[in-house]
Amino acid sequence: MAKGLPKSFKKSLWAYHINSGSCNGCDIEIIAALCPRYDVERFGIKLVGSPRHADVLLITGPVTRQMVDKVKRVYEQIPDPKAVICVGNCGNTGDVFYESYNLVGPIDNIIPVDVYVIGCPPRPEAIINAVAKAWVKLETLEAK
Amino acid sequence: MKSKEATKTTYRLPIGPIHPALKEPVMFEFEIDGERIVDADVYLGQVHRAIEWTGMRRNPIQILYLAERICGICSISHPIAFARAVENAMDIEVPARADYIRVIQGELERICSHVLWAGVAAHEIGFDSVLFLTWQMREKALDLTEYLTGNRITKAIITIGGVRRDVTKDQLPKIYETLNYFKDNFEKLRHMFLDDKTFKMRSQGVGVLTKKDALELCAVGPTTRASGVKKDVRVDQAYCAYGDLDFDYITPDVLTGEVNGDVYDRIIVRLLEVKQSIDLIEQCIDKMPSGELVSEPKIPKLLATIKKTKGEGFGRYEAPRGECVHYVKFTGESDHPYTWKVRASTYNNILPWIPMLKGEQIADIPLVAASTDPCMSCTNRVAIVDSGKRYEMNKEELHRLSVEKTRRLMA
Ligand code: SF4
Repeated sequence: MAKGLPKSFKKSLWAYHINSGSCNGCDIEIIAALCPRYDVERFGIKLVGSPRHADVLLITGPVTRQMVDKVKRVYEQIPDPKAVICVGNCGNTGDVFYESYNLVGPIDNIIPVDVYVIGCPPRPEAIINAVAKAWVKLETLEAK
Repeated sequence: MKSKEATKTTYRLPIGPIHPALKEPVMFEFEIDGERIVDADVYLGQVHRAIEWTGMRRNPIQILYLAERICGICSISHPIAFARAVENAMDIEVPARADYIRVIQGELERICSHVLWAGVAAHEIGFDSVLFLTWQMREKALDLTEYLTGNRITKAIITIGGVRRDVTKDQLPKIYETLNYFKDNFEKLRHMFLDDKTFKMRSQGVGVLTKKDALELCAVGPTTRASGVKKDVRVDQAYCAYGDLDFDYITPDVLTGEVNGDVYDRIIVRLLEVKQSIDLIEQCIDKMPSGELVSEPKIPKLLATIKKTKGEGFGRYEAPRGECVHYVKFTGESDHPYTWKVRASTYNNILPWIPMLKGEQIADIPLVAASTDPCMSCTNRVAIVDSGKRYEMNKEELHRLSVEKTRRLMA
């Protein structure tokens, strides 16, 4: 469990997932984290269908040129306080695509990122850990 | 606007490119008349990462990892197709044992992919408990993948001229255990998808692709087989070890005796293919010869040969979604390919969406689109543009429409 995580939470955490041109590897691991084996829904973590309902933005992929403004728009639509989790190497560094001409990423060039999850793709456990870390950030923000 | 012509007005309905339930971004534009779809159009390019361009600046061993990341779900298919293209260009003979291991890994991937797809299809009609059930089964296949390759998604097991890891004797019990688990649960899956009233109502007669259209639009994989076209690279041009194995094309008439080409038929084909894959893996284990794993274990030596190679190669592979083709050309000047061209299976399966969706209802879009198992996503938000006014409709609403239709039919 992430350091500083309280024993109980004030509210459930809702996440919105956006794919900015990833290979699907990370995306299916995110869904795997929601499914019975890892089952994050038991903590109240849930994927929602609209950024306006979300507390956390899960973003995968290296951000292709066509997706930049969409990523920004989704980020802006999420109400404050919000946390951004970048899932997977290709959003963090560009990964194997780093030299491509069509990438604008890494993601932290475009929007501020709070938690970086490495791995190509990261295991569902790592994604859950990242969400717990984002939780800490949100709880501290709220306490202020 | 609202007065006389209102009855004749068709709406244009853009969908995409961001969407949470499916995977990759893509954009569609539908022309709709009330609830009916009159026309559909697809815009691609949101996931363009310039992989081929990048590949032309790397050597084939590096490209293998790039090929693996074209798609995380087909992360065996692309490397095999690429490796076969390079082997074809260099006239490399792959050791027999490696060929069998490639088939085992490839079929395991097919099981993962089809089971994953079954869950997504169930989700699209609002049957989430089935989504969770199928994904729970999929975890079993992923466990086995991890056991055999060390990774869950990107397996990094294919190399030029062979494979990087053996399947040893002491691994067999675990393989059999997983295969038996799938065999035991297959009947449950079949019953859930094929006998269920809800599934039948939502999928029979919906999203029909006629045999003629399937042939003309060059659909591939389960999408075309469900329309009765006998097309499967594994049979047509047996590669790897498929020539030694006993299996045949799967078309829906195997089970029902007729071909309709609708969503229901595509479900049948994929389910039967899961069974076929289990059988193929068992056959492979029985027939697998002993021997080398790679033809040239020393990579520097292999790269030196590639540097001298002049010529082109072609690799075909039947990925879970259909035929996947890789083409490479070496000019003998460097170990980077002069050209690398990939044609993934979904590309062929997109145009058939247009005849499939024409005449259907908006609520059917998610299911019909999912029925070709697209390796890309469609909607987050739908904006209905009505003479300059915009009504926004997000994926949730679209999903709700789909669920509501299920309810209506049930009532
Ligand atoms: S980090 Fe790796 S697995 Fe994840 S989307 Fe990028 S390339 Fe795919």
